[in-house]
Amino acid sequence: MTDMLTPVLSANWGDDRAWKLTNYERRGGYGALRAALRQAPADIAGQVKASGLRGRGGAGFPAGVKWSFLPKGNPNPVYLVVNCDESEPGTCKDIPLVMASPHTLLEGIIISSYAVGCHHAFVYIRGEVLHVIRRMQQAVREAYSAGYLGKGILGTDFDLEVTVHAGAGAYICGEETALLDSLEGRRGQPRLKPPFPAVAGLYASPTVINNVETIASVPSIIGNGVDWFTSMGSESSRGMTLYSLSGHVANPGQFEAPMGVTLRQLLDLAGGIRHGHQLKFWTPGGSSLGVLTDQHLDVPLDYDGPAKAGSGLGTKALQCFDETTSAVRACARYVEFYKHESCGKCTPCREGSWWLVQILARLEAGHGEEGDVEKLLDLSDNIAGRSFCALADGTATIVKSMIQHFRSEFEAGLHTPAWELFPYQKTTAWYRPGVAAESGATA
Amino acid sequence: MSGFRSHFDHTGGVDFDTAGETLITAETVAEMEELASRYPQKRSALLPMLHLAQSVEGRITPAAIEICARVTGLSPAEVNGVATFYTMYKRKPMGKHHIGVCTTSLCAILGGDEIAAALHEHLGIGNDETTEDGAITLEHIECNAACDYAPVVMVNWEFFDTMTPRKAVELVEKLRHDEVVVSPRGATITSWREAERVLAGFPDGRADEGPAAGPQSLLGLKIAERNGWQAPDPADLPGAAPEEEGK
Repeated sequence: MTDMLTPVLSANWGDDRAWKLTNYERRGGYGALRAALRQAPADIAGQVKASGLRGRGGAGFPAGVKWSFLPKGNPNPVYLVVNCDESEPGTCKDIPLVMASPHTLLEGIIISSYAVGCHHAFVYIRGEVLHVIRRMQQAVREAYSAGYLGKGILGTDFDLEVTVHAGAGAYICGEETALLDSLEGRRGQPRLKPPFPAVAGLYASPTVINNVETIASVPSIIGNGVDWFTSMGSESSRGMTLYSLSGHVANPGQFEAPMGVTLRQLLDLAGGIRHGHQLKFWTPGGSSLGVLTDQHLDVPLDYDGPAKAGSGLGTKALQCFDETTSAVRACARYVEFYKHESCGKCTPCREGSWWLVQILARLEAGHGEEGDVEKLLDLSDNIAGRSFCALADGTATIVKSMIQHFRSEFEAGLHTPAWELFPYQKTTAWYRPGVAAESGATA
Repeated sequence: MSGFRSHFDHTGGVDFDTAGETLITAETVAEMEELASRYPQKRSALLPMLHLAQSVEGRITPAAIEICARVTGLSPAEVNGVATFYTMYKRKPMGKHHIGVCTTSLCAILGGDEIAAALHEHLGIGNDETTEDGAITLEHIECNAACDYAPVVMVNWEFFDTMTPRKAVELVEKLRHDEVVVSPRGATITSWREAERVLAGFPDGRADEGPAAGPQSLLGLKIAERNGWQAPDPADLPGAAPEEEGK
């Protein structure tokens, strides 16, 4: 039986100046790269495939299988692009990873590039995280100086350039084809698939695009072996992963555990829901996959568990809300987000999210009109599945999921403002019963 | 530049206020060309170039659009289309510091709404507006990937964690009075323009400031250490042991 928590990616985060190359090497860093370079690229790709490592960016597609889609004999260069556009509401694991240990990601990039035959890799980091970008830029410079990047890496004939690229504020660029368009200097709008990036990605060249945590997991697999990785997690969901616990939790934070841990177990470690309150709803995988309730505390958080419960593992972004929270308010804010972030390419998403916000705003204010709840559901049905990418589906899913679990609250929006049913000062992190009146001003 | 004026001023799409004047020098253009050389195709450097342009001018000006177009070989319309797509590119003159208050669902509910309201009231400005002294631009931002530190405020895209209305007001007052402000998970605050230069790809030498991780990021690790929990030992895997013994 493996331990409850299994820090691997996060193991060095508490080290003094963990981001420095020398400190990473002191813990055995770049040992996996040395081991990888002694093997054939196909063997490395084979180990990643055999490990069962699935994408940690939300979709959960097996990384090794994704790599195997690269066409043979294509004359164009192969590119590796790392998706560090972490923006899904609730998702906050890649940013601390790159901030604390950029070399874990970089070692993964070099090994993965070697495996897929890439000689120029890109790290696309959302622009709104200055210090994370600084740390990644510096790690790349250190790696060039140490001979881990550039021409003839560690005395082999393998060459690799890495470019760190800052985004400019657009959630949609976390969608892989929108990210590629953005990296080409265009508006970040999703492409129609197929062709998939493996065939026609960056500059229409064969491209592997993976999430930060996925690529950062590769050195541990190569260094410790496939059997080590598969000894953690469940049949369909191998290995360890980062779970991000946030919201009305006594002690929110990051927990690296074998796949399949439950929210009940993580809440036990985190001191439970904040004192005197109970869990009302939570997202297992960010807002785009909808919410679950306190009925789902024992759902194994692997790729199957939340999906069977009507949600999805997504990015393991466990946002918890207690009974003080208005479902209508939470839903309205989530949909505001999707409206703001819709790239505008597909009409159902662009216009539909706008209309959803109008209706949710009047329901929140207690001015809802007869039939509004049905209209929200009807709009959602006309948005989901009718756009190029999953942003539209996420918009529809959060609305339908919230109404499914809390329909009466939406119906109350026909006559009563949400802030009367659920006084907003009670949801704040600084709220203490009895001192509510002065909390805002003095907290 | 023609004298064309948009009927849709508020969109920021068209702006001829500077009518060709620019602070972008030959040196900046050389830096843009250097950025272009980092990519297999020049156009890929457009986002970094726009970051660089607004680090020089405090916003994206029509002249910057023309210059980026010249360096990349695109039309000004194509560059304009990109510059208007991304929220970090600003068409109106920015304050010295950019304050972003997260008001996506979780931060809003944990107090982001109250923080935003307190700052609006204290500064006397609305969303996407700048104080008269040019010190502070205030913006409601969407999820910034720090939900375990909610509610979150960003200053020039540096994290300020677990904020309250009072702490946020104190923070902007310090910034207005040019006091030294340090991010709890980042570096000493410089200015929005200097931050934009780093985002463009020109480091400022501050990567070694600040901690590796904040307390929330380390929570699971500390609990694991306290309980002696760790990942399996690759030399002693549970499944592999019987096989070894059988040999």
